Amino acid sequence: MSTSDVDPARLVRHGRDGRRAGAVQREVVPAADFRSYYGRPVIKAPVWEWKVPAYLFTGGLAAGSAVLAAGADLSGRPALRRAGWLGSLAALLASVVFLVTDLGRPERFHHMLRVAKPTSPMSVGTWILTAFGPGVGLAAIAELLPRRLRPTVLGRLLRRSARPAGLASAVFAPGVASYTAVLLSHTAVPAWHGAREQLPFVFSGSAAAASGGLMMALTPVEEAGPARWFAASGAVGELAASKVLEERLHPVVREAYTTGRAHRLRRCSEGLTVAGLAGTVLGARRSRAVSVGSGLALVVAGALQRFGVFEAGIASTKDPRYVVVPQRERLVQRSHG
Amino acid sequence: MIRENSLYGPLDDVAADAGHLEHPPRVGFFTDTSVCIGCKACEVACKEWNLVPDDGFDLLGMSYDNSGMLGANTWRHVAFVEQDIPLGGQRTGIAELPTGPSGTPVMTEVVAARLRHAERGGSELGTNPLEVHEPPQDLGMPSFSRPGDDGADGHGAEGRTDFRWLMESDVCKHCTHAGCLDVCPTGALFRTEFGTVVVQQDICNGCGYCVSGCPYGVIDRSPLDGRAHKCTLCYDRLHDGLEPACAKACPTDSIQFGELDELRERANRRVATLHDRGVTEARLYGEDPDDGVGGTGAFFLLLDEPEVYGLPPDPVVPTRDAPAMWRAAGIAAAAFLTAAVGSFLGSRR
Ligand code: SF4
Ligand code: SF4
Repeated sequence: MSTSDVDPARLVRHGRDGRRAGAVQREVVPAADFRSYYGRPVIKAPVWEWKVPAYLFTGGLAAGSAVLAAGADLSGRPALRRAGWLGSLAALLASVVFLVTDLGRPERFHHMLRVAKPTSPMSVGTWILTAFGPGVGLAAIAELLPRRLRPTVLGRLLRRSARPAGLASAVFAPGVASYTAVLLSHTAVPAWHGAREQLPFVFSGSAAAASGGLMMALTPVEEAGPARWFAASGAVGELAASKVLEERLHPVVREAYTTGRAHRLRRCSEGLTVAGLAGTVLGARRSRAVSVGSGLALVVAGALQRFGVFEAGIASTKDPRYVVVPQRERLVQRSHG
Repeated sequence: MIRENSLYGPLDDVAADAGHLEHPPRVGFFTDTSVCIGCKACEVACKEWNLVPDDGFDLLGMSYDNSGMLGANTWRHVAFVEQDIPLGGQRTGIAELPTGPSGTPVMTEVVAARLRHAERGGSELGTNPLEVHEPPQDLGMPSFSRPGDDGADGHGAEGRTDFRWLMESDVCKHCTHAGCLDVCPTGALFRTEFGTVVVQQDICNGCGYCVSGCPYGVIDRSPLDGRAHKCTLCYDRLHDGLEPACAKACPTDSIQFGELDELRERANRRVATLHDRGVTEARLYGEDPDDGVGGTGAFFLLLDEPEVYGLPPDPVVPTRDAPAMWRAAGIAAAAFLTAAVGSFLGSRR
């Protein structure tokens, strides 16, 4: 006798909450038909805490601000340039703090630098950040240099190297903005791995929107033109990629995004992105207040997007359904095909 | 440079792929659950030999399971599943006896409530005990009524069921394509000359990436020392020509250690024997080099679907999709840069 001959009703099938067991609570949604080990998760929930999505956000902010600063440098917009490099450095420093303190052994953070491993997005990211960071630092310090130090040898050297260093950083910035998507997707976490084709576009779009927004908030409207364009195009890209992401997901895995805290965070993010986009396009050119308001809305939206995607991933590990149902379906399809 | 099937697919010589030019043959475990008696000698032997910290001693409400899952502090985990179906080919005569139902539905109910409130949904089992605030509950035992007892105690003829008790000693799979190893950014996780996967404790900085890279939920970060831990397949013992502690301690040879090729042959013979004897539900899990992780170094003979034991039915190493993911990220990065350049061109004054 094989298990397939057994009356399926006699096998214990249950959702995470033991719906099949009845009595405890009545569910409106019928329990998904899958089996598990007492409803226990199949894979480990990530050990990462809030600092990781915070890093995903600040990393994107640093990247976008650097690109805008470099462009401002080349196109002669000193206020945007200054805000860009300073914003980028601040976000970068925050990123590093988040990354290092999330380690189980922070004092060993430099062990990341002992190898370069193309199969590990965290290793790739470490090296991208290593290439990106120093130039941003140099460019930002040059912005901060007090007037009386500028004529000194060191001051002149700094100011002269700031531009090439900053431009070189800007070359790596797009990588900083998009690699974080691979960082999440290169895992067994169903909601992250399942979104692997769209997540880079969501994150890059969100990075552009948030950094454009930050520069809109920090720069006078006359100089913030590129920031508005960047923010608007990023917001449009993010909104579109976000929709496609949900549509393409396996219907069960999609629920990780469309229910619970992940859903609430991402809906708030979407609302703020739409509002920020509208403000950017309609009024930010004329009014500093509108510019600051819509810029900050986009910044907050960017943070909520990362936390939302992060939460969706966590939720998809805590319930064995997200792991078992799609995998079981694959097996069934393969045995039929 | 990426050699053929370095990332995904069958790989004949996994140690050579990792750079061991001269190396012993690949070794692994064949865990035959059909003879497991659930004695947990493997769990104990592993803890003793490897000095693995305790992970709580309570029963969890999952039959006789009291470790719950593999984790930083559980490198062998014995799963227990009570089912009201007969073991294939077995004539227990139970169907003719007045017996009670297995405890499973009621257990699931109790366990589910606890998992719902657990910080990591219960996946912290094997690393930390669950925080349980309720007093212990009596879930009953798999039991018979005496012949002649009537239906008054609910164990009459109408409640008769068959019963089988599945036990499985789970362990790190030592995958051909190991998700944990691929994502480790420090090189702490490495492929040994025996083809196994081991964490170097002096290198690991506790980034936690491996925890999410493993498609089997095996490796975890310990809150005790902030580093990742899992089965080493007793790397130290292998060097001295000894078999791993769990295999040594297993009284029924449910855990068999040996050269992987030989174990695979042995396992196929065992399945054929069981099928001949009417146990048609016997199947191998992880022995197929064409599966999503290129076959595992530690594989199993199971008597039900993998998910019943808490194993993923069709695991895939995330690295399979690395090229596609980087391509998508590259296009997104190009779009990001294009948008930036366009923004400056579009707002020329
Ligand atoms: S991926 Fe998981 S099962 Fe495979 S070797 Fe790593 S820890 Fe073990
Ligand atoms: S936690 Fe340790 S073993 Fe795991 S990926 Fe990070 S450095 Fe490697």
